[in-house]
Amino acid sequence: MSGERFAPSMRRRKRTGAIFQALCLASITFSIVVLVILLADVVADGAKWLSVDFLTRYPSRIPARAGIRSAILGSLWMMGLTAAFSFPIGVGAAIYLEEYAPRTWLTRILQTNIANLAGVPSIVYGILGLAIFVRFLGFGRSVLAGALTLGLLILPVIIIASQEAIKAVPTSLREAAYGVGATKWQTIRHHVLPVALPGILTGTILSLSRAIGETAPLIMIGALTFIAFPPTSPLDPFTVLPIQIFNWTAKPQADFHDLAAAAILVLLVVLLAMNALAIFLRNRFQTRI
Amino acid sequence: MSGRTTAWTALTAMIAVLPLLACGGGGDAGAGGLTGSVAIDGSSTVFPISEAVAEEFQIANPGVRVTVGISGTGGGFKKFCAGETDISDASRPIKETEIEACAANGIEPIQLSVAWDGLTVVRNPANDWATCMTVDELKRVWQPGSSITRWSEVRPDWPDTEIELYGPDTDSGTFDYFTEAIVGEEDASRDDYTASADDNVLVVGVEGDAGSLGYFGFAYYEESADKLGAVAVDNGAGCVLPSRETIESGTYAPLSRPMFIYVKPDALARPEVRAFVDFYIENAPTLVPEVGYVPLTEGQYAEQLAKVATP
Amino acid sequence: MSPAAGPSPAGLAAELGHRARRRWGERAIAGLLFLCGAISILTTAGIVIVLFTESAGFFRKVPIGEFLTGTRWSPLFADQHFGILPLLNGTFLIAVGAMAIALPVGLTSAIYLSEYATPKLRGAVKPILEVLAGIPTVVYGYFALTFITPVIRTVFPSTGIFNAASGAIVVGIMIIPMVASLSEDALNAVPQSLREAAYGLGATKFEVSTRVVVPAALSGIVASFILAISRAVGETMAVTLAAGATPKMTLNFLESVQTMTAYIVQISLGETPHGTLEYQTIFAVGLVLFFITLGMNILSQRITRRFREVYE
Repeated sequence: MSGERFAPSMRRRKRTGAIFQALCLASITFSIVVLVILLADVVADGAKWLSVDFLTRYPSRIPARAGIRSAILGSLWMMGLTAAFSFPIGVGAAIYLEEYAPRTWLTRILQTNIANLAGVPSIVYGILGLAIFVRFLGFGRSVLAGALTLGLLILPVIIIASQEAIKAVPTSLREAAYGVGATKWQTIRHHVLPVALPGILTGTILSLSRAIGETAPLIMIGALTFIAFPPTSPLDPFTVLPIQIFNWTAKPQADFHDLAAAAILVLLVVLLAMNALAIFLRNRFQTRI
Repeated sequence: MSGRTTAWTALTAMIAVLPLLACGGGGDAGAGGLTGSVAIDGSSTVFPISEAVAEEFQIANPGVRVTVGISGTGGGFKKFCAGETDISDASRPIKETEIEACAANGIEPIQLSVAWDGLTVVRNPANDWATCMTVDELKRVWQPGSSITRWSEVRPDWPDTEIELYGPDTDSGTFDYFTEAIVGEEDASRDDYTASADDNVLVVGVEGDAGSLGYFGFAYYEESADKLGAVAVDNGAGCVLPSRETIESGTYAPLSRPMFIYVKPDALARPEVRAFVDFYIENAPTLVPEVGYVPLTEGQYAEQLAKVATP
Repeated sequence: MSPAAGPSPAGLAAELGHRARRRWGERAIAGLLFLCGAISILTTAGIVIVLFTESAGFFRKVPIGEFLTGTRWSPLFADQHFGILPLLNGTFLIAVGAMAIALPVGLTSAIYLSEYATPKLRGAVKPILEVLAGIPTVVYGYFALTFITPVIRTVFPSTGIFNAASGAIVVGIMIIPMVASLSEDALNAVPQSLREAAYGLGATKFEVSTRVVVPAALSGIVASFILAISRAVGETMAVTLAAGATPKMTLNFLESVQTMTAYIVQISLGETPHGTLEYQTIFAVGLVLFFITLGMNILSQRITRRFREVYE
């Protein structure tokens, strides 16, 4: 008997639920549609400029002659130096925090500090890099200054990711090593790190893939508008792929916009490769304990 | 292979490959035999010429690395006098204060004229009313404290649409020159417009807004002439549009102006810099018109070369 | 040496010496690792010192009252004004516009992924969101300038070629994945028993999601919103390319504005010389930016810690 009273409101409630579910699904569809449109727009504009010549020529005032050679090589140099700087320090800091640091307020401050640094806008790192590396330490507008700045930018992320990887190593492994008389460092070096390494590498590769797309800090360090040569030493001036994209996008001619789109395609391919590598490493070497 | 070994191998391979790739593109001396670097900075108006010269020069001399920046005429001089650059692009002559700053560092700048520019006042193509403006009208729009925000305030019979203003920022020689020539006093300008050191931003801005008004170097107008309209300037002798002829003859007044590069003896002592400067002047007759400016006469270019000839 | 015999005196001495060296080596390594950790402290110290000392030079010449309350920003002109409100206005417009897109879309996406989606759909959608998050901001700037702005101008012809709406839209899109994944984590943390209890009382799925799960996860969701706003405030390249370079006080999204971050980039492109007042504006504006984002990040952490509902 009370079923009749419930039925209409039940119908209404179910209908509201269906509408809501459709809305939520629409949100997800929105994201997917936007991504597809963005990629389609970039491909449509830039595909015609992609060629081996595009990769091997230097930028030029004439669109038909322009290429991204100095930008790609600059980005590679930047990645190499950034990795060389941030990987050891990031992993070192993570090892310290997980294995050595006493559980005091000082360590907690260190931890919070790292979390806060991860949220600082990249342009503030650019300001820091400009003041310290370009001016104070006198490295000038060079690859080295840029790499150190980007290194500081991604350091918090590497530390956090490495900490997670080290935390995941079971205590039993450490205990076993101590049990046969290993010192702390021996344990870490021969037992903890090898197991944590795939996770650490994944985190590092993902951080580097973020660094390769960074523009703002490097503009502050030294975006000269015209660079038609690759760096041959860390103290050389440079340009990177995102800065080249920025320069071309800011020009009024449609041809340069299309060149920018082609450069974007190259950048996206590199990013995709790096992310695929990171995921491959993570999946392949995940459960080895 | 264990996970650890593979991981280490992957990491090492990644880092090892980088310098190899970089070395592959390294600068070798090549045919020219010249090596070294040339640092140029300064005016964004002169930039297209310097960029073109730098590009052609580096193709001929792959061992030399030329960088060109756009810090603005004023910014360029500051770096030049501080010894940070070898050549300074300038769209106005060097000021007394700048000469003194250079002298304080033992630098004596040598002025070389490279081209003529007709500073162009631009409008959007949809703007079919402001095809000609007098110097006085321009002054009223651009002077400091100007409250003109609509076209009808300039001339009553013009539409009542908003004026969107675009122009260079204060480090720019174009800014200095325009304010001096139009407003009557250097650096005297209203400040509520879109100011950018990057002329491309100004071109995009004027192209996009129907009621816009802006000013920049002739080359930037030429490059996008199909999307921009020029405003003829009436200096009392009738409306004159900027063009090769009017700029060369000086009838496009008061906005025809010479453009310079400044060099210094210590830099010229380096073979790559000397070669670059010679290349600049020698190739100016072809590159300057290609970029969109007006070249000097053969004789005038020869005079410039004489200024830097080794004694 | 057989295990039963035990070490000889010479061997023992060697063993102890070896051990002492190892202990010293251990200490050295521990110290080295501590230094690595300390670099993060140095970074923060560096940021704070650099921002404060250079800004101090700025504030010696410009009164802080004028800086914080002035409505004109024209540091590069002969008639200099140093009121930061126009730049804050620009940043505010972008942040508000971005949030209008990212918060609803992100939250509803998170609810769907957490409450409605099948594992297969989840596995397909999450990588897509990660790709959206991984696209560099300069690419979004390109997209804004070459696609979004023309679309806006067909709908609103009076829109300037540089406008706040275009920048706000792409920043919003950029932030959707962040809101979605953080909110989803918060929703997933709500124990299943809460949901079961609600179902047991006869609630529909919609009612369970909106009246039980979301309120339970509210602190995490709010924290994710604040982090997203902080990210929008710090966004640089997309707004530099699309939103314009005109500092002004306006609430009109169709006009060109300038954000704090875009101003800092503009000065760097023009390469204002070291030591001048104009150069110091970089640090003054950077300081304000740093405070705002740091404040929001700390607030977000506080909310997560303080109001997180702990179950069982």
